[in-house]
Amino acid sequence: MSVAPIAAVQPVVDRGRVLRRRPHRVARVLGLLALLLAWELLTRTGWVPALFLPAPSAVLAAGVEMLRSGELLVHVATSLRRILLGFALGAVGGVAVGLAVGVFSLADAVGTPIIAATFPVPKIALLPLLILWLGIGEASKVAVITLGVFFPMAINTYAGVRHADPLLLRAAVSFGAGRVSLIRKVMLPSALPMIFAGLKLGAGTALLLLVAAEMIAASSGVGYLILNAQNLMETTTLMVGIVLLSILGLLSHWLLVRLERLALPWKAES
Amino acid sequence: MRVIVDGVGQTFRDRSGHAVEALTGVTFAVEAEELMAVVGPSGCGKSTLLNLLAGLLTPTTGRVGFEGALPAGRPATAMVFQEFALFPWRTVLGNVELGLEEAGYAKAERRRIARRWVEQTGLGGFETKYPHQLSGGMRQRVGIARALAVDPAVLLMDEPFSALDAQTRQLMQEELLALWTRTRQTIVYVTHNIHEAVWMADRVIVLSRRPGRVVEIVGVKLSRPRTETMLGDPAFLHAVERIWSLIRSEAQDALREGAA
Repeated sequence: MSVAPIAAVQPVVDRGRVLRRRPHRVARVLGLLALLLAWELLTRTGWVPALFLPAPSAVLAAGVEMLRSGELLVHVATSLRRILLGFALGAVGGVAVGLAVGVFSLADAVGTPIIAATFPVPKIALLPLLILWLGIGEASKVAVITLGVFFPMAINTYAGVRHADPLLLRAAVSFGAGRVSLIRKVMLPSALPMIFAGLKLGAGTALLLLVAAEMIAASSGVGYLILNAQNLMETTTLMVGIVLLSILGLLSHWLLVRLERLALPWKAES
Repeated sequence: MRVIVDGVGQTFRDRSGHAVEALTGVTFAVEAEELMAVVGPSGCGKSTLLNLLAGLLTPTTGRVGFEGALPAGRPATAMVFQEFALFPWRTVLGNVELGLEEAGYAKAERRRIARRWVEQTGLGGFETKYPHQLSGGMRQRVGIARALAVDPAVLLMDEPFSALDAQTRQLMQEELLALWTRTRQTIVYVTHNIHEAVWMADRVIVLSRRPGRVVEIVGVKLSRPRTETMLGDPAFLHAVERIWSLIRSEAQDALREGAA
């Protein structure tokens, strides 16, 4: 066995280079910090008047002050109550209808055209009607959020159920599974990943509708806080409201991701 | 329990509504405690035959049934699938318990039986793993444990080892035969691998190309337990040659037509 002298060997070209992706952990944090710093500097130097864009430090200070006075808590608690109730009702209703339409051919025939016809309506357009029906109080706001969450949940659950692996259905039936067993042991678990995708989608929609509803007709809540601050030209308070919403959005997403890991342990490390 | 297949024909409708004949006039019997292999070229209706035996299809013509008393609480059949068909959201133990749940066993009893079969199939220590954490060979062990756990009178196997690599397959075949000498189920074993069929089975049913019919039932004159040295035995080679000669031209036709 002979090996050519090292110098004579043409090394293999590293073609895989273009496929590799680096995580850039430091850049992640640095980018965010740089944005905040630039923002702070821009307002401190007076380039941008505080009326249009208050400094992050000022927003933080205003937030702490509002927290201390208890004002913030009232708005957040009101908004949370509306969104949680609406989200829960919409999610439960959506999963139930999605399951029924996915499992039963008759429900599919009746339900699918109705859902297809009503789904494209922007839910916020229904708010005036809902106020007419349910009054200007809490019910109409909860109802519009419920509707907004219901559709992505119903559609995702339906898709999840219909995409259950036929092989697994056949396997279950070959071991004597009846309809109830099929739903409980194959269709529902198959649909779970889609249901969680629907929950995440619905959480975004819920937040959007919450703010819109509170801007149209409310005397408390984060949406009201933002609109009211604008009327009073209190830009700092307005920014507190916006930051609050972004925290709410991040928190709900993080919670759902957590919940998903708990509910789908078989997906955890694949 | 004997398996009786009597004049069975199966016709499907394809998407454009044309009738496709998968099986025609298939007649044979599998004796109690016999290991019967079924081989044939691609698209000969091997899997259709198993689905008929499992009750997942009803024959268009003819009868499929069992002869002899079925002991109480035992299902007639249980199936082992080519692609394993394990529930990804269930652990090994949970997958093995599936059939027992449907058969109505109480929880403690299910656990006990499932644990026993997990041990028997060499899955000890993997009870709480999910299918995606297992190799192909281990997954099919779960498939076999799940089927044997319900103690079926007839074990139906649909190319159970064809998704495995050659070495794993050989080992799994040996394990299955070792298990079978203890459980003594009647087994109907579908495969496209002639060597596998002959090495494992008492008799081999040779099916023709679509529409599938029985060309011949070839007896294997090898003693048990089967050992690897028998792969060179004249009786083994003779049976393989006989079956290949029956299938060869049909397989060639199938290849030319591009039938899957």
